[in-house]
Amino acid sequence: MEEILRIEHLQKRFDDFTVLEDISLSVKKGEVVVILGPSGCGKSTLLRCINGLESIDEGKVLLEGETVNPGHVNVPARKKIGMVFQSYELFPHKTILENVILAPLRVQKRSKAEATEEALSLLERVGLAVRKDSYPRQLSGGQKQRVAIVRALMMHPEILLFDEVTAALDPEMVREVLDVILDLAKQKATMLIVTHELSFAKAIADRILFLDDGAIVEDSDPKSFFETPKTQRAQSFLRTFEF
Amino acid sequence: MGFEVIFKGKNLIRLLAGLGVAMKISIISALISILLGIVLGMLMALKRPVLGAILRFYLEVVRIMPQMVLLFLVFFGVTKATGANITAETASVIVFSFWGTAEMADLVRGCLAGIPIIQYESSKALGLSRLQIYLYVIIPQIIRRLIPLSINLITRMIKTTSLIMMIGIVEVLKVAQQIIEANRKSDPHAAFGVFAVVFLLYFIACWPISRLSKYLEKKWEN
Repeated sequence: MEEILRIEHLQKRFDDFTVLEDISLSVKKGEVVVILGPSGCGKSTLLRCINGLESIDEGKVLLEGETVNPGHVNVPARKKIGMVFQSYELFPHKTILENVILAPLRVQKRSKAEATEEALSLLERVGLAVRKDSYPRQLSGGQKQRVAIVRALMMHPEILLFDEVTAALDPEMVREVLDVILDLAKQKATMLIVTHELSFAKAIADRILFLDDGAIVEDSDPKSFFETPKTQRAQSFLRTFEF
Repeated sequence: MGFEVIFKGKNLIRLLAGLGVAMKISIISALISILLGIVLGMLMALKRPVLGAILRFYLEVVRIMPQMVLLFLVFFGVTKATGANITAETASVIVFSFWGTAEMADLVRGCLAGIPIIQYESSKALGLSRLQIYLYVIIPQIIRRLIPLSINLITRMIKTTSLIMMIGIVEVLKVAQQIIEANRKSDPHAAFGVFAVVFLLYFIACWPISRLSKYLEKKWEN
């Protein structure tokens, strides 16, 4: 299958502290990669480096062969990368529909009628078309996160980055968000998912990356990662979830 | 009770004219304050050390000094010291703008600091340019937070204009005193009625503005 994202020897430092050390990675079209690892291991920073929200110190990030110029505001390749954040980050002064069509109208210069039509059909798919004129504050956390996913999808991204998207949600709302992501996986969307939901990771991943201390420690299929983890660090990480 | 005095001769019209003087000074000062305050607030948000220190010093001076002292300083002090011939009204506008600009700048700084960084980041992640982020995401949010606060500042200015009679401006409170003085013989108890009317006039001027601010705050709450 064709390669869509390529990371070569990426290094990221905050002052003297090395957050990511020599990360190399290749993601194919349609692949669902779940990134696991203890808090502070650099998972979120890796996602933020991929779409240029963080500058990188060494190495390269290539999306379909095009360099993602790190740390700069106008990154052309960024339009092809969708990102969903832990705290949803909808625009509080805009309605749900306005949130979802802002970037298609302003960045992609699409017509309002066409963008609205697509927005409504996507909102319908996540069960929120009826809330199109509500404001974000009137929605629950799970609903806001589903809107945030639709907002990212509207840009027709080549790859989607999910940064702990259920971590801020009440337990009973986690499922509705994960279902949407599972649905995307069925439609062969390329995704990089950082999560702490292990059973979800098991169900959705084509491939698990285990990060520790800023390096990829394991890179394997979910079955072998969960059943026969190779490294000591992965074994003790998995044990912390057992009771 | 003294209410009859109000309707004697031109008393009511004089009181209204006094209110007009107060409103004129506070609205001119508020407009100047809002414009300068937005500029200064944005400068404060830049976090440049020297500039920031100067602006904070200005803010502290304004907070510490009673407005009355500032009024005396500008009207009696500055005019004596420099020989400049400024009217009492100009002096009031200078003092109120000096005070209001500091207040407004702090409000603007607070609003800017109140927008989480991740709002900028999620806009960037959607591919919006820097200009588009400010135009469609940041500035509309700041305006919504700022309008109710600046309206509030206007009502505070209207109330504080009661001080300007101390530098000889005949505003509503001064007119009230004059009416009471003039009717001391015929109506020795006029004070209650006259001041009650003054209260009512301030209320009529400030209440709708205050309601508008509350309404907008509620309408735009996030």
